[in-house]
Amino acid sequence: MDQFATRRNIIAGIFILAALALVVRLFYIQVIDSSYKLSAENNSKRIEILYPARGLVYDRNGELLVYNMPAYDLMIAPYELKQFDSTELCNILGIDIAKLRAGIARSFDPKYRREPFIKQLSPETYANLQERMFKFPGFYVRTRTLREYSKKSAAHLLGYVGEVDEKMIAANPGYVMGDYIGISGLEGYYENVLKGTKGQEVLLVDVHGRVKGPYQDGRFNKDAIVGKDIVCTIDSKLQEYGETLMKNYKGSIVAIEPSTGEVLTLVSAPAYDPSLLVGRARSMNYTKLERDTLLKPLFNRALMANYPPGSTFKPIQALIGLEEGVINVNSSFSCAAGFYARGVSVGCHIHSSPLNLLHGIENSCNAYFCNVYKRILENPKYANTEKAYEAWRNYVMSFGIGKRLNADFTNELRGFIAPASYFDRYYGENHWNALTTISLAIGQGEILVTPLQMANWTAAIANRGYYIIPHVVRQIEGIDTIEHRFYEKNRIGIDTANFGLVIQGMELAVNGGPGRTAGIAQLPNIIVCGKTGTAQNPQGKDHSVFIAFAPKENPKIAVSVYVEHGEWGASYAAPIASLMIEKYLTDSISPGRKWVEARILNGNLLYSK
Amino acid sequence: MIDKLNLTEEIDWTTVGLYLLLVIFGWMNVLASSYNEQFKSVFDIHQNYSDQLLWILVSFVMIILLFAIDYRFYHFFTWVFYGISIILLLAVLAFGVEVNNSKSWIRILGFNFQPSEFVKITTALAVARYLSGYNIRLWSWKSVIVMAVLIGLPVGLISLQPDWGTALVFCCFILLMYREGMPGWILAISLFITILFLMTLLLASISVLIFLIALAIIIFAIINRKPIHGFYAGIILAAFYFGFRYSFPLLGISLSTYYLLLIALTASSVVYLILAFTKKIRSIALVLIFLFGFIGFTYSVNYVFHNVLKPHQQTRVNILLGKETDVRNVGYNLNQSKIAIGSGGFFGKGYLKGTQTKLDFVPEQSTDFIFCTVGEEWGFLGTTIAILLYIGLLIRIVYVAERQRSQYARIYGYGVASILFFHFAINIGMTIGLFPVIGIPLPFFSYGGSSMLAFTLLLFILVRLDSVRKVYIR
Repeated sequence: MDQFATRRNIIAGIFILAALALVVRLFYIQVIDSSYKLSAENNSKRIEILYPARGLVYDRNGELLVYNMPAYDLMIAPYELKQFDSTELCNILGIDIAKLRAGIARSFDPKYRREPFIKQLSPETYANLQERMFKFPGFYVRTRTLREYSKKSAAHLLGYVGEVDEKMIAANPGYVMGDYIGISGLEGYYENVLKGTKGQEVLLVDVHGRVKGPYQDGRFNKDAIVGKDIVCTIDSKLQEYGETLMKNYKGSIVAIEPSTGEVLTLVSAPAYDPSLLVGRARSMNYTKLERDTLLKPLFNRALMANYPPGSTFKPIQALIGLEEGVINVNSSFSCAAGFYARGVSVGCHIHSSPLNLLHGIENSCNAYFCNVYKRILENPKYANTEKAYEAWRNYVMSFGIGKRLNADFTNELRGFIAPASYFDRYYGENHWNALTTISLAIGQGEILVTPLQMANWTAAIANRGYYIIPHVVRQIEGIDTIEHRFYEKNRIGIDTANFGLVIQGMELAVNGGPGRTAGIAQLPNIIVCGKTGTAQNPQGKDHSVFIAFAPKENPKIAVSVYVEHGEWGASYAAPIASLMIEKYLTDSISPGRKWVEARILNGNLLYSK
Repeated sequence: MIDKLNLTEEIDWTTVGLYLLLVIFGWMNVLASSYNEQFKSVFDIHQNYSDQLLWILVSFVMIILLFAIDYRFYHFFTWVFYGISIILLLAVLAFGVEVNNSKSWIRILGFNFQPSEFVKITTALAVARYLSGYNIRLWSWKSVIVMAVLIGLPVGLISLQPDWGTALVFCCFILLMYREGMPGWILAISLFITILFLMTLLLASISVLIFLIALAIIIFAIINRKPIHGFYAGIILAAFYFGFRYSFPLLGISLSTYYLLLIALTASSVVYLILAFTKKIRSIALVLIFLFGFIGFTYSVNYVFHNVLKPHQQTRVNILLGKETDVRNVGYNLNQSKIAIGSGGFFGKGYLKGTQTKLDFVPEQSTDFIFCTVGEEWGFLGTTIAILLYIGLLIRIVYVAERQRSQYARIYGYGVASILFFHFAINIGMTIGLFPVIGIPLPFFSYGGSSMLAFTLLLFILVRLDSVRKVYIR
């Protein structure tokens, strides 16, 4: 035995120590640290999202308004690229070689692997490319769907769809980059109904991202579920007609079926073609529309414009006066071309005097309604003006003024009706009275309403005492009912008989004697009840306003028309409203009224002030 | 005269059994690593696993041949074998086929053949032959030079290919030399330098410097048997360091902490030496020599790393050491390898059920990274069993070597153990991130005819020699 024989133990010890180090390390990465298992999962599977088509939108008569068209995104699978004729590809796609190179380079970055090289190829480009696709291995097309519109109308009402941005993702969990989302209008409000459910295909991929087959025999695959279809309340023919009538005007038309609260037409003029805000061109077109600060085509006037109602408010004033008992059907007030009291004067046009209630409405006498308002606020029933004013304001608000109606829109505004505290602040407590706020008597001053609210209270009058919250959806595929609030009657605390009187006045305003203010809205064989308004405004010429419903019994349509700077209610708004009613009820314009239509179509107030 | 050898009795069946288990387990994993849906037949020659099966059979034939040849043959022809293998290495450099930027392969009779795999055997034989000669004192100048030439020649030629991994394998002979009488401190220092080397690459140079200084102070305190002296040494160094740190900026000199500390150390060393001289504490000088020696070593490692290595070599080392986590590019191999092994868990995913290896995520999955398949499909259980088989074989080889009557066979036995150990530890170490990614095969597992044949030869020459262990070979 040599002297170094014991060293075998040290050598064996080194072997064992090294093996121990390996085993300990293996125990750590195989048993303790679970992150490797996750990495392995991600390594070998790829989730391909299957995008569902959005639900379709039909109008109330079953006409298809919004549908989907396939859109083709050109994708690159970088590891499957082979040599190809880059000039030919560039020519087909209409891009330069630098862009192609950049796209290919980018596709190798795993961060961008699922992003399209070119989004939404035009159908021509796609057709061209499809024929020669075999020449370009590594390029493939992913199909998604984009919105398509059968008519160039109802853009504001339908809203639009866009790709989510980071802010939207933060606000709407469940969305990821590249998803589409309904941004406004019906698309926005009914996003959850329309969007459908994304599906997924889990694929087994190799190191180069090449698909090797379904992951675990497709156990985790899910089909995309197409979004639910929606039948909306819009009458698309009426909508189109309304847009045609308004094409040269700024303003709005809102028509409601009073018995159901269904919105028949929602026009905001000037409008735009909804197909402008689809796909690749959307952001460019959006900016273009947004920059038009003169016409503001993106601004939804029907829901968001705060207009003074002017004389169209007078029926409400009359109803409150009747209900409060400060006037009755025979109450007469004289008018000497206006209302004058203690330094306050409100002018009026020339008409016979004195007038009773019905003729007051018929003639739209300012003095009459100033007196009514004064009586309401000076009603001894109330301890002071403030109390009386708040009672009056409660009546007004019960018509849906000064609050959101809670319709199915995402961007409805509430309008404005000043609370008593507003005047307290302005004049000081007990330092104001009916005369200081006399403008409110005729729908001017501290009251602002949206066209939707105007149409809504018109419907309330037509219903003789209640309204149903306006809404644009009638039916959702697979669901029996729409939201509960769209079935409820919102009652106005005013006696039905009083409505009858005011309606008589409104009938006279259209169909009455020589003093009538809206004779132009008269229709053959149909009794239209309406009220004109000539709303003063700080911007320029008076706005032309009109509210109406028809027929008088069993009303089928209530409509509000607002034409900015159209001066007299009877000059633009009333004829437009009457044309809408006639079109809706008789499906055509009677020969005797063709001239009315022609006058509207030939007029132009787009740039008037 | 040919011995009447009773093969069934004299053959070490434990070694043969462990060998067979490793070969079978290895082949199963080669099959798994190249298994795919288009699996046809075990005998499809175009597949790695059938190719490997063929080489296993060739290896078995070779084993029979080995036993048919007289045991004195190896001893007698050692220098011829060594000479032939050196000539083959030269031939590779001249006529070799270049694969992956390195000329390691030569084409002979239609087969690609890797001479460097066989040089390990001939070098082990040569070293054994030389050290077992008459009157050889391992630690004489002459024998050191001869050993350096014997080992240095193949290392040099292999480095020219260049195939750093295989060249590095020859480091393993240090274990053999230790057994044959090399002073123990050389082995200790070699191990320390290896650790220091890895630390230098892994840690910031300032941390390594602090580590070395702290170690020096502790060792000084221990050998001087007066811990308080170590404390004083620390105080002196700290005083210089902070003195310089606040005075240098006033002189307009700005230096990094590393150099400040180095200068402070140099200054305090002067004080230490004066103290050592006056107080007659000799150990100070010895500790300081080693300290500056190792600092010089780490400095030159850093220098070589930053100024000599090419950028791609730098990143490779960095990634191995976990300094860079570039998942997709250079670190890809290691990362995927760890994912494959780590995803196996305790029991593994089951045979032929590994996704990472099956879908080509692991590079070189049937050659250098074959252990990934073991880890993924057989789990911790499988990897532990594989390691136990290797350790069993290594310990058995040490046992076999020690029972030899002739020095020649014993030294060769240690050569076999050292080579196998080095391959085993570094290959598995690299797949789990304990060692740089050095492309060397895992014995009996990795796909490849040359390595299969070479490792079988390596081992069975020992088994053959062992079968006549009672004979004194000279």
